[in-house]
Amino acid sequence: MFSRTGREAPVVALRDPANLVCRRAIWYWTARALLCWLVVAAVVVLVLVQTDGNRRPGYLILAGVLLLAALHSAVMPRWRYRVHRWEATPIAVYTRAGWFNQERRIAPLSRIQTVDTERGPLEQLFRLANVTVTTASAAGPLKIHGLAPDTADQLVAELTAATAADPHDAT
Amino acid sequence: MSSAPPVTDLAWRRLSPRMLLIHPVREVGRAVPALAGLLIAGSSSGHEWWSLLALALVMALSLLRWLTTRYQITAQQVQLRTGLLRRRTMTTPIDRVRTVDVTAHALHRLLGLAKVAIGTGTSDRKREGLVLDGLSAEAAAALRAELLHRAGSPAATVPPTPPAEELLARLDPSWVRYAPFTLSGVVTTLAITGLIWRIVSQANIQADQVAIIRSASRHLHDTPAWLDAVQAALGVGILVTLLSVIGYLLAFWNYRLTRHPGGSLHVSRGLITARATSIAERRLRGVELNQLLPLRAVGGARLVAVATGLRVGRGAERGGTLLMPAGPAGEARRVAAAVLNDPRLPIQPVLHRHGSPARRRRYVRCVIPAVLLWLVPLCWWLAGDLPGWLPVLGILLPMLAVLLAEDRYAALGHALIGRYLITRNGSLSRRQVLLRTDGIIGWNLRQSYFQRRAGLATLTATTAAGQQAYQVVDVPAEAALRLADAALPGLLNDLLVPADSSVPADSSVPADGYFPFR
Repeated sequence: MFSRTGREAPVVALRDPANLVCRRAIWYWTARALLCWLVVAAVVVLVLVQTDGNRRPGYLILAGVLLLAALHSAVMPRWRYRVHRWEATPIAVYTRAGWFNQERRIAPLSRIQTVDTERGPLEQLFRLANVTVTTASAAGPLKIHGLAPDTADQLVAELTAATAADPHDAT
Repeated sequence: MSSAPPVTDLAWRRLSPRMLLIHPVREVGRAVPALAGLLIAGSSSGHEWWSLLALALVMALSLLRWLTTRYQITAQQVQLRTGLLRRRTMTTPIDRVRTVDVTAHALHRLLGLAKVAIGTGTSDRKREGLVLDGLSAEAAAALRAELLHRAGSPAATVPPTPPAEELLARLDPSWVRYAPFTLSGVVTTLAITGLIWRIVSQANIQADQVAIIRSASRHLHDTPAWLDAVQAALGVGILVTLLSVIGYLLAFWNYRLTRHPGGSLHVSRGLITARATSIAERRLRGVELNQLLPLRAVGGARLVAVATGLRVGRGAERGGTLLMPAGPAGEARRVAAAVLNDPRLPIQPVLHRHGSPARRRRYVRCVIPAVLLWLVPLCWWLAGDLPGWLPVLGILLPMLAVLLAEDRYAALGHALIGRYLITRNGSLSRRQVLLRTDGIIGWNLRQSYFQRRAGLATLTATTAAGQQAYQVVDVPAEAALRLADAALPGLLNDLLVPADSSVPADSSVPADGYFPFR
């Protein structure tokens, strides 16, 4: 779409990062969400058991929680999988994350300070890893969740090699 | 400066022996609660000498602190060794020194001493930097000059004559009129009230036995309630004004902002506690013009440095970022331009507005919560439990929200002028940041669901300086991309595509297959 006058620059958009994350991430996010909802439901049940007399409102709340849990864990992971993407170009690392609220982060390769990879217990269960790329700013770490471990290791190795050549980090 | 003793020395040196006079006073002051406790416990059990022993112990410890603290300055690093049982050596490479902050409290000034805090701007919150508490004032000044200027040029040539400094700003006593419109008066009042409250409750004084309070309460008893409220408000207002003026004078008397040819900015200020902060200009990434609503209402502003190594409001470095205290906004703008020293930068830059979607969003986000909040007393009143004037008064809430929304929209703006990205936002606390583009180390482009529908985005420039992140709030998504592209040319080159051909990226690329470096 070009502007009406034709003299201005064409309307631009940021393209999506090239790579999807590993498909197993859907199940990882589902499990994570279910675990959180399990805690909430457990608290509600605990309160319900302690209640004497009228338990009707309690049952209603429990039903609401279960409904929300089912909706959230069905929708969120699939939505996330379509949003979460990453890419490493020779100039920059580019990620997109989130679902309802989304955030794209771009960090120049020349400003990268550290590249870490991490595997939490739940991630290990689904054979996944995440990679964190930090810059000198406390506000700008790029996190790539739900990568296959091989991909993560490879990415870390490539990024480390690429950044080692350029020690400048703008501090 | 040439007459000062050489500050680089391979020997381990002690801090000024005059600190022997300061340490005991300070330690005893710090130990007063414990000593008082001991005194009371001792006198009740007939062992008064306990507290004397404790006092002696505290004094001895403070002497030991001086004895065990040594520092060394070599061509490469500053080292500080402290501790008796737990020896600790702190090392700061000289080329990492970003700020040198010289402070002299009242006691220090009596004895001609100063405390030197050397900031390296580490992101590690646990390290507060290296503090040499107690050098002679001349040695402190010489050390500051040498650390900053040597760090600036690896060749390490200290100019033989004291260089001429350029005066950028100084305190105009009439600026005191802005003092009541800062938060400091309120904060001081609260602090003093808290202190008095603690003394009263600890000393077990019955409030109704103090003559002033008794007469005041009797006076209030005789007058109608609305007059009481007016009197109380007037009293608090006078108190806050008085305290804020006193606080302003204490903190900013003798304020001077100068530029040294060696490449650093110096801020010196303070009536009783003299404080001098130096910021290496190569660490300066921009400035922030800061206006709380009351200050803005009377046309005032503060100016704060955005520099690496100076975290805003953090521990010992707190206040170290201030470039100009509350003063006329026009003067603050002039000082900002003088500090940044970019001829392309006008004193009052014209900003791009963010348009009607952004305005709509401001209204939605202000008015809806206000209406919901107003509904609470309304429903309560309908249920019949509340006097009718509360929901009537509550209608003010949505009206105020409309004003707030309009003002918040009026704040939004951004521009890219010369080497600087300029962004402004906020109503209750309005901030205009001028950030040098070469200090930007990445972009975060955030879009909530509602922002995506409105075609807006919040662009965050991340940086190693100041607040670490500066936002361009609710800018049209396309303008955000153009801004980011223009500010850091080249970075977005192959990430930008024409909008209508924005085919989703090729999902046939396997999740673990794309590496551009091969």
